[in-house]
Amino acid sequence: MQRVFKGKVWKFGDDIDTDIIIPTQHVTIETMEEMKWHAFEPLRPELAKLITPGDILVGGKNFGCGSSREQAPEVICALGVKCVIAKSFARIFFRNAINNGLLLIESPELPDHCEEGDIVTVEINSKLVCNGREFAIPAMPDNLFTIIEDGGLVKSMKKRNNIID
Amino acid sequence: MGHTLAEKILMHNTGVASCKPGDIVITKPNKVMFHDIYTPFVYEKFKEMGFQKVWDKNKVAIMFDHLLPTCLKDDPRHLRYGYKFADEFGIDCLHESDGISHQLMPELRYAKPGDVVYVTDSHTTTYGAIGCFSTGVGYTEMAAILGTGEMWARVPSAIKIQIDGELPDNVYAKDIILCILGDLKADGGTYKSLEFCGTAVDALSVDSRLTISNMVVECGGKVGLFAVDRKTAEYSGVDYEAFKWLSFDEDANYEQVLHYDAASFVPYIACHPYVDNVHPITEVTDVAVNEVFIGSCTNGRLEDLAAAAEILKGKKVNPFVKFIVTPASRSIFKEAIAAGYIETLIKAGAMVTHPYCSLCQGRSGGLLADNEVLLGTNNRNFLGRMGSAKAKTYLSSPAVAAASAITGKITDPKTLQA
Repeated sequence: MQRVFKGKVWKFGDDIDTDIIIPTQHVTIETMEEMKWHAFEPLRPELAKLITPGDILVGGKNFGCGSSREQAPEVICALGVKCVIAKSFARIFFRNAINNGLLLIESPELPDHCEEGDIVTVEINSKLVCNGREFAIPAMPDNLFTIIEDGGLVKSMKKRNNIID
Repeated sequence: MGHTLAEKILMHNTGVASCKPGDIVITKPNKVMFHDIYTPFVYEKFKEMGFQKVWDKNKVAIMFDHLLPTCLKDDPRHLRYGYKFADEFGIDCLHESDGISHQLMPELRYAKPGDVVYVTDSHTTTYGAIGCFSTGVGYTEMAAILGTGEMWARVPSAIKIQIDGELPDNVYAKDIILCILGDLKADGGTYKSLEFCGTAVDALSVDSRLTISNMVVECGGKVGLFAVDRKTAEYSGVDYEAFKWLSFDEDANYEQVLHYDAASFVPYIACHPYVDNVHPITEVTDVAVNEVFIGSCTNGRLEDLAAAAEILKGKKVNPFVKFIVTPASRSIFKEAIAAGYIETLIKAGAMVTHPYCSLCQGRSGGLLADNEVLLGTNNRNFLGRMGSAKAKTYLSSPAVAAASAITGKITDPKTLQA
């Protein structure tokens, strides 16, 4: 995976719950390609059409709280979002995102120092750079970084079961 | 050095001699379950990962509770995938319409004291009430567990919540947990084990404890644990003496201890649109409601229906209020019929539905229009969760919900008894 990349910011507040990320009435839509157009619908119905591949979501505290629906990180991945940076993440969302190969970065400071449309540079396991300021980020635990490097838990398990893509 | 309840169960499960917060341990679950919202995903991920069989088919349950009765055209596909998984991998434990999975897991003793249990749902924390380390996972992790019989867990740090004294009249387990959520806020328990003790906790029924553990996820909690006592042992059909180890150690390491005097609790309301937006009911007067819902894995149990029936006996629901009641399981439904609660509720004007997730999963049976207001006994009041994103949802105990159904506005049951 790319160790350094940059992307355009879409900004969110605190406690962005999974019912906002993908409302329950849409979670049985058969494909992520169709489901993704409903992402963030209760809060910002126009957003799914505006996000372009490579963009970065920036949230406040407790991003992804609420239900265990894995459709939440999956629709974010399907929109081509490169990573989500937030002050903190809810537990199940955190696991689900890693398992889908979606990079999550905890930064208590960056969300207060960037605006929608800003460009953030990410250096994995090192720092974030935005508007000339740098924000240190912690390294990810080994067991999680391996899953991300493998490209998600499915690919990790395929490797375990000796299945070659 | 003593251990927290979470540490004790993880040590018991993994065989490690000791563990501390932050350690990664490999657990071997005693039971796993996935429900109908995730059946196609679990099936497809499991196949894609290349597994040929589940690690132990006797430890797997599949339950239909969110989508039965189905309401949208894509829903039956999810049930078909549930049957398909059960057929292909020999899963006998399939519950199609017996009730809400989080009620069935402890009620049918699939989740037991001292167990580690994973389910594809955030409210899996419910079984912490009976001393079970149970927490939610996603469908990809479920597929991996089904194939390997293992899952990593980070040992959580813990908050001890000690509640002593006696609860006032008209105050219930729901009020206790709402008050705590208001104090801890939506992320105050993230990744942590919340562990409950004290004389007021000892006095709670298992049903009430299930209500409390159910909602610890609303402050981000990983598990919400109670020590095992004789009530738990009876409920779960285990020998109490064999579970004495699952009790509080005086010298365990808690990062925070919260003390509450039970007598200080009042009926609380979680106001729109956050579960931690909690206020004493006296601050939430004059909120007119269009709909009242009693049910869900939080508050659809027998004592909840009993509390509602007690208040509604001989009364009528306000003609402008739609009042929906959904027992949490088939057996609770039958018991509530036998006890006369259902008759009382129907006579008062309730619409009683078959046991399932009902309105709480926001797809059927009572969805709200723009500007409508719901008072529910369930666990979430997020924007758009139960219909229009322009509707408002408030959360309360079943007693407050019943009183409010009579008056048509959020009402403290005490004011009806005067």
